[in-house]
Amino acid sequence: MAGRWKGRALLVAAAALLGLTAASAAGAQPAATSSSSAALAGTLNIYGFGPGDDVANGRAEFATRSLGSGVTVNNPRGGFNDQAFLAMLASRNVPDVVYLSRASVGTYAAKRAFVPLTSCIRSERIDLKQYRAAALREVTYKGQVYALPEFTNQITLIVNNEVARQAGVNPADIQTTNWRKLRAANKKMLRIEDGKVTRIGFDPKIPEFFPLWVKWFGADIVSKDGLTPRLNSREAVAALEFTHSLIRDHGGWDRFKAFRDTWDFFGRQNQVARNQVGAWPMESWYYNVMADNSPGVDITAKFFTNRRGGPITFFQGNGWAIPRGAKNPGLACKWMKAMTSVDAWMTVAKNRFDLRKRQGREFTGLYTANARADVKIYQDIFQPMGRKQFDEAVVKLVQASKYGFAVPVSPAGAEIKQAYIDAINRVLAGQQTPRASLNQAQREAVAAIRRNR
Amino acid sequence: MPGPRKGARRWFSRFTRAETWVAYAFILPWVFGFLALTAGPMVASLYFSLTNYGVEQIAGFAPTEYVGAQNYRQLLSDEKVRTSLYNTFFFTILSVPAKMALALGLAMILARLVRMAGFFRTAFYLPDITPPVAIGIMLLLLFNGSVGIVNTVLGWFGIPGPFWTTDPNWIKPSLVIMSVWTIGGTMVIYLAALKAVPRHLYEAAAMDGAKPWRQFKDVTLPMISPALFFTFIVLTIAGLQTFTEVYTAYFGAGSAGAEAPDAALMNVVYLFRQAFEFFNMGFASAMAWLLFVIIMIVTVFQFVVSRRFVFYQGEKG
Repeated sequence: MAGRWKGRALLVAAAALLGLTAASAAGAQPAATSSSSAALAGTLNIYGFGPGDDVANGRAEFATRSLGSGVTVNNPRGGFNDQAFLAMLASRNVPDVVYLSRASVGTYAAKRAFVPLTSCIRSERIDLKQYRAAALREVTYKGQVYALPEFTNQITLIVNNEVARQAGVNPADIQTTNWRKLRAANKKMLRIEDGKVTRIGFDPKIPEFFPLWVKWFGADIVSKDGLTPRLNSREAVAALEFTHSLIRDHGGWDRFKAFRDTWDFFGRQNQVARNQVGAWPMESWYYNVMADNSPGVDITAKFFTNRRGGPITFFQGNGWAIPRGAKNPGLACKWMKAMTSVDAWMTVAKNRFDLRKRQGREFTGLYTANARADVKIYQDIFQPMGRKQFDEAVVKLVQASKYGFAVPVSPAGAEIKQAYIDAINRVLAGQQTPRASLNQAQREAVAAIRRNR
Repeated sequence: MPGPRKGARRWFSRFTRAETWVAYAFILPWVFGFLALTAGPMVASLYFSLTNYGVEQIAGFAPTEYVGAQNYRQLLSDEKVRTSLYNTFFFTILSVPAKMALALGLAMILARLVRMAGFFRTAFYLPDITPPVAIGIMLLLLFNGSVGIVNTVLGWFGIPGPFWTTDPNWIKPSLVIMSVWTIGGTMVIYLAALKAVPRHLYEAAAMDGAKPWRQFKDVTLPMISPALFFTFIVLTIAGLQTFTEVYTAYFGAGSAGAEAPDAALMNVVYLFRQAFEFFNMGFASAMAWLLFVIIMIVTVFQFVVSRRFVFYQGEKG
């Protein structure tokens, strides 16, 4: 499968090589909306986006051009802040478009702070099929779309081959389908010296990725309509018991976390470079960190698999929404359409690829909520850059997007998340058993939904 | 004792004098600030605590509805309210005496210093101007169970340090120890009080054969008791309202709420989360009023008890 993808990409990349520069130049011109932009005028007030990296800024420039010269785009610095947004709502002076975590969209939608995008989608003829279904579900509340999704940040396993070799672990056993084998591999890879953890075998990344472990069973932590929490289901309890056992093998959460807190996560001496971890599930952006800081690491990217061996990945990311009371919803709609369009993604992907190539650094791909953009970036822009581990990781990440899921939207999404995080922390701290703790979380989540529905 | 009518008449009669008007003109900015920025929001929050106030009501999408005592009933059933109150009292009961004792100790040393007294006063006060956010981050670095300085130093003496930031039994003690970082202000108050104790009292006590401990117990403590009482009240209220350091260390953006141990959940932290992360403004307002009532009860209790221990010079005996 991976070989076929890679082969196809190489062929397409070779055939398209001559035309790439011209294609990117064409892509840089927002063709779809430029014809109508001449008539646009006014000011578009954005909140929560702010200047970011080359990918963010490049798309912002693309979207600004797509609105035409008659539109002034006001994009102040800083990310989305609930308190600040509440103040804007209270003053009846809301921005035209906001950029925020998709996990928060349901809460604001349930409280009518965002408008459904139905008319925006219709008037701008936005093709929803281009977006990944799971990412779109994450912003769909009671059958209506409230935001357009951006990145996906899919999760794969990062396996440190050097650690596996040192521990005599068969890399095939570092997988999530067979929990017995995974636990055995964890025990072999971890290292405890003088009572202190000096290497983590397998980090299950709880509480952050708890929904992924529950999905191993095919279950969700909340019903599809977002109104019934399932935090104390048999599957959730089993997932917590297992992931907790992986941490207990290290001598407990105290030792585990105290050691993990010492990692140079974003630096040259990161936990992979220093062989401080055997394997762990991680979001796609971390490949970029490793490629930039420790390109020589010997890693393998693997799918996080469910109990049947099928790949699964947990989508998280941001999206664009229009607050109720926005003065320029029309401009906001055009903006978010442009920001999430295939052309915008292609433009910035090409620029980043060229930049990385000039710098002699790896291009580890862009993983968007736009499936068509992902395919085009991979087929038209991505080229293997010579470091096998990262080139293969890109293939895995592109494929992983197809198997994404998201926690269903709930009017009490933030409180449900906090309830299971607190429950897991109580278990990790040894204060409660998984069942008792998740029972308490379930009670809290039920109460939260009752308050918010 | 003058009756209320007589008292009121006397109070109004003072306004015939120009000095009274000038005095009130001087305090008018404060009165305005108090009414607009403190009393006003307090009354508003009392009203919100009896309503379903939330995002829709803030934005004007839905009317604010009276819900009676529902938010207050929820205070009783919410397990985290109990947890947060327990944590807050635990922290306050340990941190207030610790801060007072250390500040007094330092002040007594400084009061005796002749050379470089100014330098040490400044040096001991400096930590007080550390931003609380920095203290929260520093806590995680100093108290890391594996590589933190605190455990490293304990290790030199053969003491295996606990996992301060992850073990629920040690999270609050580490917060208490960290709170001692900011005793500079209290120390300065004590230093001023110590300097104001008349020397002749010590000389008289010494002539009567009082040893240093007896002088401290029977001269120093009574003479600085108003300062001790003032800091006791202020530190208790501050302890019950602890927020920034704890929020930064365990609940802030860096941890994305994923650390958030129940052992560190202080009452105001939970209140903030209810208001600004979960948007339950009515419930958060009820929490604020519960805390206000608790602080009032504690403060009144402290005032009542203080009558037996605080000695004000010039008072009729």
